[in-house]
Amino acid sequence: MDQTLEAPVGLAPDALARMYHLMLVTTLADKKSAAEAKAGRLQAAFYPVRGMEAVCAALGEVLRPEDRLISTYRNLGDALAKRVPLRSIMAELYGRTEGTSKGKGGPMHLQDQSVGFTATTGIVGAGLPIAVGLAMAAQMDGGGSATVVTFGDGATSIGAYHEAMNFAALWRLPVVFVCQNNQWGEHTKITDYAPSPELAQRAAAYTIPTERVDGFDPMACLRALQTAMERVRRDEGPTFLEFVHYRLTGHTGTADYSYVPKHELEAALERDPAPTFRRWLIDNSLLPEERIAEIEKQAEEYVEDAFAYARSCAFPPPEALYTDVFADDSWVRSLSDE
Amino acid sequence: MSEMSAVPPETSEMTMAAAINSGFHLAMEADDKIVVLGEDIEDPIGGPFKTSKGLSTKFGTRRVRSTPIAEGAIAGTAVGLALGGYRPVAEIMFFDFITLALDQVVNHAAKFRYMTGGATPTPITVTTVIGSSHFGAQHAQSLEAWIMHTPGINVVMPATPHDAKGLLMTCLRSPDPCLFIQHSGLLYSRKEQVPVGPYAIPFGQANIVRPGRDVTLVTYGTQVATCLEAAGALAEQGVEAEVIDLRTLVPLDFPTVLASVERTRRAVVVHEATQFCGPGAEISSRIHEELFNELLAPVVRVGGAYTPVPFSKALSAYPTAEKVVRKVRELM
Repeated sequence: MDQTLEAPVGLAPDALARMYHLMLVTTLADKKSAAEAKAGRLQAAFYPVRGMEAVCAALGEVLRPEDRLISTYRNLGDALAKRVPLRSIMAELYGRTEGTSKGKGGPMHLQDQSVGFTATTGIVGAGLPIAVGLAMAAQMDGGGSATVVTFGDGATSIGAYHEAMNFAALWRLPVVFVCQNNQWGEHTKITDYAPSPELAQRAAAYTIPTERVDGFDPMACLRALQTAMERVRRDEGPTFLEFVHYRLTGHTGTADYSYVPKHELEAALERDPAPTFRRWLIDNSLLPEERIAEIEKQAEEYVEDAFAYARSCAFPPPEALYTDVFADDSWVRSLSDE
Repeated sequence: MSEMSAVPPETSEMTMAAAINSGFHLAMEADDKIVVLGEDIEDPIGGPFKTSKGLSTKFGTRRVRSTPIAEGAIAGTAVGLALGGYRPVAEIMFFDFITLALDQVVNHAAKFRYMTGGATPTPITVTTVIGSSHFGAQHAQSLEAWIMHTPGINVVMPATPHDAKGLLMTCLRSPDPCLFIQHSGLLYSRKEQVPVGPYAIPFGQANIVRPGRDVTLVTYGTQVATCLEAAGALAEQGVEAEVIDLRTLVPLDFPTVLASVERTRRAVVVHEATQFCGPGAEISSRIHEELFNELLAPVVRVGGAYTPVPFSKALSAYPTAEKVVRKVRELM
């Protein structure tokens, strides 16, 4: 795949600025979360997005408020793409009531119904059939809105993936499958778990249109996603997109990554999405350097503010333990011996 | 709508399968968000036990869809439909096949409300059927204890046509996920007068199907009939057994059970599910904890043997009325 970014066609400077901002916020928030976890201030197991930022930034440009997004636990960039405020994301990571899920879900279960960030699953592959159901709902509602589901390369090995692809193709559902192929299924390299590392082939077997995309190139990501979203909005059925990039950190924010082949990581870091995008924006005179500096300052402040806010929020009260099991808490409370 | 109304409702003689089918028709007429997914549910098959007969003809194959043989995606699609504002029913042909759908039922449907602080209630109804030994061990197991052990999903198990319809209609209106367990041995074995119109039986209300003063038989599903047979035999021996049909296992109506045992001071819990770690363990334990000083004898459980369900009719894993009678006699 081409190592250079292609020039955008008809993309407004504001869109480029938003994309750069999202990549930066993701990168900075990931880094700060890892530092907080290592310092013992953040109890959360969280899953860095580093390497996937370009795809997330492109998602941010194609998703409309009425579209639904289902994510898997490596989800910070997805949440930002759906315009979930970083304050509520971070408050959730710290287990506070002001979090997206009142502190009861944690980083693996971010959601925000007000923006169509419908759910995040912590179970690899499980989001696909759920997205199929959401797409079926959208289709029965009359169509026009899209459901997008994001998942890693590892998810293409599990049965839920295959069942969902079959349903989506059979019923021509308005769903876009976004495979973030970062080359690692947890700690196992793709060539050690997949007989063919070209995952798009697996989707093609279900007669679903597929495309293999350079996941480090935000413009290539954007074009592929735009095409898929147009197909969905015209009710032409599902698309499977395989975005090929590379995981730039360990599996979790604190996990060992010493096993990564050094040359592979170095090559991938050469294409680190945010700095590469920055260079490209300057080299092609797409954004003035002052604007870029301004975006960087805003991103840093946005991240600092979100962390400070999250740490200042209250923990859930003890009685929150028993709420939200069922709509009515009374039976749950009757089982409590307190 | 309630169970009781001033004017006696029009009734018709129905099997449990017919009563369930009637419940589906009425609920789907009243709520166009109800969508049914399952294997072979469209007409002319109408489901392996005919409980969805006529639904696809009446409501169309957009709302009543036969699916590929893929329990995980049936349940997962139902979860997604619920998140998208629909009231899906996911039919799992036999209870044993729920193993293939458990990730969606347990990790998603049951937890989604909690994990999002109430933002994503997931009101799916999973319907399933306990088979029988005729099919062998993979189409016969009673797995309700598994699901009872998962916070966040109602577990419903009717014993009569009347209760089946009323409880199904409650499932289809519930704000929470429900597992509606039918038993193949009850779907066609007996008919009774069932209201033709809609009615709902609230969850968590056990039914005292036979009053008695000497011992309480706590049961549900097929074993209600077993216990009534045992109670008849016991009455001839001068022992008056009270029989409680729990109807729903989650929520479980402990007040009715405890009030009964407080009077009778003896209890036997009876179910087809494997006795070891079965629902009876929880019920028995709770009775002991609450009524230890009132009991004249320890609570006894009569459940399925700790074996897979055997095929040969010479072997039976299930409780019998004779065994229930014997266990009660030992308490007296």
